[in-house]
Amino acid sequence: MDAVRVILYILLAPVIGGLLDGLDRRISARMQGRQGPPILQPFYDLSKLFSKEMIAVNNVQMLLNLSYLVFFVIAGSMLFAGADILMCLFLVSTADMFLVMAASSDSSPYSSIGANREMVQLMACEPMLLLLAVGFYLATGSFQVSEIVSGDISAIAAMPGFLIGFLFITGVKLRKSPFDLSTSHHAHQEVVKGLTTEMSGTTFAIMTITEYYEMVMLLGIVALFFANSTWWSWIIAVLFCLIAFFIEVFIDNVSARVKWDKLLGGCWAVTLVAGGLNGLILMIIQ
Amino acid sequence: MGIIPILILWPALAALILPVMPSHRLRAAVVYTASAGMMIFAVILLAGWISAGGGTTVTLYAETELADHLMIAGDLVLMAVVTVLSIRYRKYPVIFLSVAQTFGVIWAELVHPAHGGMHMRVDGLSLLLSMIAAFVGGMICIYAVGYMKAYHEHHKEYKDRTGFFLSMLFLFLAAMFGLVLSENLIWMYFFWEITSVVSFLLIGYTRTEEAIINCFRALWMNLLGGLGFAIAIIYMSLELGTVQLTDAVMLKAALPVAMLAFAALIKSAQLPFSSWLLGAMVAPTPSSALLHSATMVKAGVYLLIRLAPALSGSLSGQLVSFIGGFTFIVASMMAIAQTDGKKILAFSTISNLGLIVACTGIGVEETIWAAILLMIFHSVAKSMLFQAVGSIENSLGTRDVEAMHGLILRLPKLTYIVGIGIAGMYLAPFGMLISKWVALKSFIDAHNYLLVVFVAFGSASTMLYWTKWLSKLISMHRTNEPVTDKTHVDQYISMYMHAAIMLLLCLLLPWISFHIVEPIVKTLFGNAHEVLSMGVLTTMAIMLISIIFVPAVMFVLTDNARRQYVPIYMSGANKGDNTYFINSFGEPEHLYLRNWYMKPQFGMDKLMGPSTVVAAGVLIVIMTMIIGGVM
Repeated sequence: MDAVRVILYILLAPVIGGLLDGLDRRISARMQGRQGPPILQPFYDLSKLFSKEMIAVNNVQMLLNLSYLVFFVIAGSMLFAGADILMCLFLVSTADMFLVMAASSDSSPYSSIGANREMVQLMACEPMLLLLAVGFYLATGSFQVSEIVSGDISAIAAMPGFLIGFLFITGVKLRKSPFDLSTSHHAHQEVVKGLTTEMSGTTFAIMTITEYYEMVMLLGIVALFFANSTWWSWIIAVLFCLIAFFIEVFIDNVSARVKWDKLLGGCWAVTLVAGGLNGLILMIIQ
Repeated sequence: MGIIPILILWPALAALILPVMPSHRLRAAVVYTASAGMMIFAVILLAGWISAGGGTTVTLYAETELADHLMIAGDLVLMAVVTVLSIRYRKYPVIFLSVAQTFGVIWAELVHPAHGGMHMRVDGLSLLLSMIAAFVGGMICIYAVGYMKAYHEHHKEYKDRTGFFLSMLFLFLAAMFGLVLSENLIWMYFFWEITSVVSFLLIGYTRTEEAIINCFRALWMNLLGGLGFAIAIIYMSLELGTVQLTDAVMLKAALPVAMLAFAALIKSAQLPFSSWLLGAMVAPTPSSALLHSATMVKAGVYLLIRLAPALSGSLSGQLVSFIGGFTFIVASMMAIAQTDGKKILAFSTISNLGLIVACTGIGVEETIWAAILLMIFHSVAKSMLFQAVGSIENSLGTRDVEAMHGLILRLPKLTYIVGIGIAGMYLAPFGMLISKWVALKSFIDAHNYLLVVFVAFGSASTMLYWTKWLSKLISMHRTNEPVTDKTHVDQYISMYMHAAIMLLLCLLLPWISFHIVEPIVKTLFGNAHEVLSMGVLTTMAIMLISIIFVPAVMFVLTDNARRQYVPIYMSGANKGDNTYFINSFGEPEHLYLRNWYMKPQFGMDKLMGPSTVVAAGVLIVIMTMIIGGVM
């Protein structure tokens, strides 16, 4: 059963991620009063990226980008296999580090700035991710995902603060406005985008696919808050994932980019207040 | 077990003859012989212990009148050295600290002698520390042979006292063996004082104004800790009639445990006493490597691990775990704002030891398991990192991280060593991470939410400063400045051995956990359950395989991929070499990339003052409560 879920994740995550991306563009366009591209546009983009001739600025960028992808797939697989969530989140940080390396290896001014900003984003998210695992442990008594989802009541009952905190940093993880620092545009050119500046063709396609894996994995964590031993809780979980996704898209469209110190301060403050207090209460009532 | 005196006296002998060796070649021969001997004797001791059954605690030497008297003489010699140097440099308050504790201990020993009890003890923990001191310490001495030669070629302004320097390194290791094998607190105190005084002499090696200030700061802080140690001994011999470490732990006597923990906190450079270790980097790199990895700071956490069963659930334990957790987060934040490679390493040592100290303060099986594993990994990784940074400094002329931009193309061998060291310090699935996982779990189980929050935020800042450094190294930036690798072969021998040990530690982690760490925990607590479950081990195996194989496979896959290389985008026109671009005046401009250091947010001048005040405040308040509770 675990193996099936893992294989499904590996095969379907890029598809679901791509569809969500298409939906994102369509919804955003409607919010801005435009028609928007077709839902399948991300897949057309990807196939075009793969058809491009291989050009690169150095010989390690591709290798680091691929490592980013594979580590993310492993981290996501661990989540869907029901393994230890803390280990899984540790691995997410390791994967992200490879992306930072890939961007830094270019030694170009724009991707360097992007890499530095991505590092700050990582630092902003890390405490919430670790506290989230702690929250699940306090609420369900285990770090194992398989045990977290087999309780009688959903984890959300015990940890609403954690959900708020997690949704907050999901915006950072998805690199969406107001937290899109690391991939922010330069001089209104669509082509120059932070740490992806020097990535093109296949390399850029790999980065995009990894982002789809990441998106599905983050939504998987959102689902953890709702899923329990009953079958209908999974429907609620999926529904809420869609709501969470819509919230992220909506915020993306109505907010302007913040500076890094606001991002870091904001994330840490929310982590302390929402996650910290919620965890403290859980620990006291235990 | 008869090998113990030889193990201690052998490096001491090397320390005696090294200063009189006339030439570099003779010194090198002595160092290699002494280091090899140390490693062999340590292995013989280990083998003897295993063949005697293993897993047991062997206590030795009941009647030691001669050695006791020699140690009193030794204490007086140390006091005399401190007094003479303090008078010469006009640091009179230090004399008071030294005289008070030396006469205090001698008075307790002669007027209220504690009878019975063994003087030395061999068990898993002391053997582990001995092995670390013998192997990591021995290799640092080998490294020092080559390093000091290059160092004095660079720094003609300092007097060449290499013989003295090497001699002090060996004396330090001799004291470390004595310290970890002692069971009698008066013996341990003697070795404890040697490490304080020798580190003082090492830090002051260059005799510059800065070195003098820093070495006296290290001295007074460590002597303050020594005073705490002395008070513990005096109290125990007056009130409890025993000066055995085991008795102090078994009786859970509040005051001695608190005082010993206080001494250990200072040795481990925890806040508010971190500044002595930061100042210690003015000395040549081998001494930093030794202070940070195999000896000095490890002596502090070693004592805390011994005390852990008595700390668990007590007020002293609360104090120790708070100071540790607080130091972990604050030091890792201050590391972000540093550009000096050695300073980053120093802050990372303080921060990592903070995590170990926090674990000992909680003092349950799991946290001690994590503490011991962290200690092993930290020793090897930190020693390797200091050696690599020292070698880079000798080649580049600077140890500024900014100067290491694109180092992978300029000094590839040293860069790989730094890379392995950094990976060992924080990446999945190296021992650091698994220890953090266990520590986090047991902090929750101990209901210490403050520590959980400290670990969560501290991990984030730890990740930032290491990733920043790694990304600087890996930048594929070609410069025209030529650089020659001035690293001596002695240095490479030591660094390659460290790298090999590091990789072995990772691969053998489950074996180390089952056969080394868990038996030690069992000896300390009387029982131990398996900390690593099968599920965790499987997860770790997956992670280990992936971290080693994924980049390797990707390398093979992409290495032969056909691709066309293009210049990077620089906004202005790239001159074609990725190093210069044409600016708006039509002139070529050199590209210069800089990492973020966030000095206004995380600078040492911003954080050090307030955090010292907080830590000192908590320390004073809780210490007062403990002393008040005893009175």
